[in-house]
Amino acid sequence: MIANLRRSVPAYLFLLPWFIGLVGLTIGPMLLSLYYSFTDYALLNTPEWTGLQNYTNLFQDPRYLQSLEVTFVYVAVSVPLEMAFALAVAVLLNRGLKGLAVYRALYYVPSLLGGSVAIALLWQQIFGTDGLLNDVLGIFGIEGRGWISEPGTALWTLIVLRVWQFGAPMVIFLAGLRQIPDEVLEAAEVDGAGRWQRFWRVTLPLLSPVVFFNLVLQIIGAFQAFTPAFVISGGKGGPSDSTLFYTLYLYQQAFGNFRMGYAAAMAWVLLLIIAVFTGLNFVLGRTWVFYGDEGVRR
Amino acid sequence: MKRVLAHAGLTAGALIMLYPLLWMISASLRPNTEIFQRPGLIPEHPTLGNYALGWSSTGTSFGIYLMNSLIICTAVVIGNVLTCSLTAYAFARLTFVGRKTLFGLMLATIMLPAHVTLIAQYSIFRNLNWIDTFWPMIVPSFLATDAFFVFLMVQFIRSIPVELDDAARIDGCGAWGIYRRIILPLLTPALVTTAIFSFIWTWNNFFGQLIYLSTRTRLTVPVALRGFLDATGSSEWGALFAMSVVTLVPVVVVFVIFQRRILAGMAHSGLK
Repeated sequence: MIANLRRSVPAYLFLLPWFIGLVGLTIGPMLLSLYYSFTDYALLNTPEWTGLQNYTNLFQDPRYLQSLEVTFVYVAVSVPLEMAFALAVAVLLNRGLKGLAVYRALYYVPSLLGGSVAIALLWQQIFGTDGLLNDVLGIFGIEGRGWISEPGTALWTLIVLRVWQFGAPMVIFLAGLRQIPDEVLEAAEVDGAGRWQRFWRVTLPLLSPVVFFNLVLQIIGAFQAFTPAFVISGGKGGPSDSTLFYTLYLYQQAFGNFRMGYAAAMAWVLLLIIAVFTGLNFVLGRTWVFYGDEGVRR
Repeated sequence: MKRVLAHAGLTAGALIMLYPLLWMISASLRPNTEIFQRPGLIPEHPTLGNYALGWSSTGTSFGIYLMNSLIICTAVVIGNVLTCSLTAYAFARLTFVGRKTLFGLMLATIMLPAHVTLIAQYSIFRNLNWIDTFWPMIVPSFLATDAFFVFLMVQFIRSIPVELDDAARIDGCGAWGIYRRIILPLLTPALVTTAIFSFIWTWNNFFGQLIYLSTRTRLTVPVALRGFLDATGSSEWGALFAMSVVTLVPVVVVFVIFQRRILAGMAHSGLK
């Protein structure tokens, strides 16, 4: 054992910066956040133990429940749409068309820029009452509306913004499609499978691990969306809290009201929600993810 | 015929998707009175006035914000390339007690939402008197906290033949020598990918910079841009778009230069 440890010393030296970060910036703060979540803590005072108070308050807080609902709707609508677009365009691009690289790059550009403040501001203009969208609709004689200023549509402008960024999962789908051997598809064709059947029976099952990977990542990412909602609603999550994302409410509580304990409780519940969804994905994944002839790996 | 249709559809799709971006560039070149009148792309009276106006209208030159962003991005790139490669080398090549557990921990942190460490990190940095400095953005990158890059490099190192390590060992190289002379040079593609993504993500990162920076001369591009309308009044859309375009240019330039590498890096992340 001692000898093993001694042999491990060089590796530990290489790992030192990472280990300091793991303890000092990840595990330590996680546990500290957990402790704060059981306290009343306003940054300037010493945290005061309040037991489960923050957690019980959360589920009686109408704005918190609203933020949960907004976030769930956002994830449930935007992720499937984004994935569907990504897959459809990837399949279209994969047919040996000329100029594939150009299209791929063009479709990827929104993913590259979409998370920035600049694009969120642009969105604010496009969907504003005097915005680009209403100008375009006006050409067709359609009466526009204040897409961002009305609670019924504001969240949808954010969903559109996310779906607009389907290029990133599309690039991953394209790489996955390229790994499907032509022979398999040709064999299916010889057996009389039509284009549609080949897609559903051959391409999609072989691509399912990639679909799974994208789904897990996109869901985790969507739960944490912040910048567009913050910028477009001016930090408020309005109108009428219709864009009050989970992380935006967390930000308001922590850095607007300095209710650090409350915000820490929110963060831990978010971690649990994401863990449950990821776990659920893995369990459900067993029923539809196909790992080829080596059987189910995980 | 089918091909023509596919091309037409794909081009139309790309145009619709990129239209907002093109429109923003065009709007940044128009006088304010013209912006809200037409959805077309060609400015009737093109002017660079918005750029001149936007550059200085927050009271601090936009050049300062760009410089601040650049400083943070450069530091983060250096930190990630350096410490993530050290970490990845140990996980991919060295044997040590607790390797499996630590590797699992490292992978788990990829999925961890940043919010769960946020509050405590903020209070720690506050006790260090780091609020309103660049340190909260820079220091984590020198501690290999972005496990995604570590994982990317581990995957890459595993594809480098172990025989090269053995040969170097016979020639008298220790672990450091192998890392320095064999692994690091061969790892260059993954290092470049890491550098590019570190740059773009840090450049666009709003949340961290929003909570830590407050003095106007220390603001970075995203935070300054977000306060733009508050500082200038909501009539300055032209100037706002001009500065928005300025903030997107570095990312677009990096993309154009390293397009292949970026797309390959994206694709690689999805396939083991």
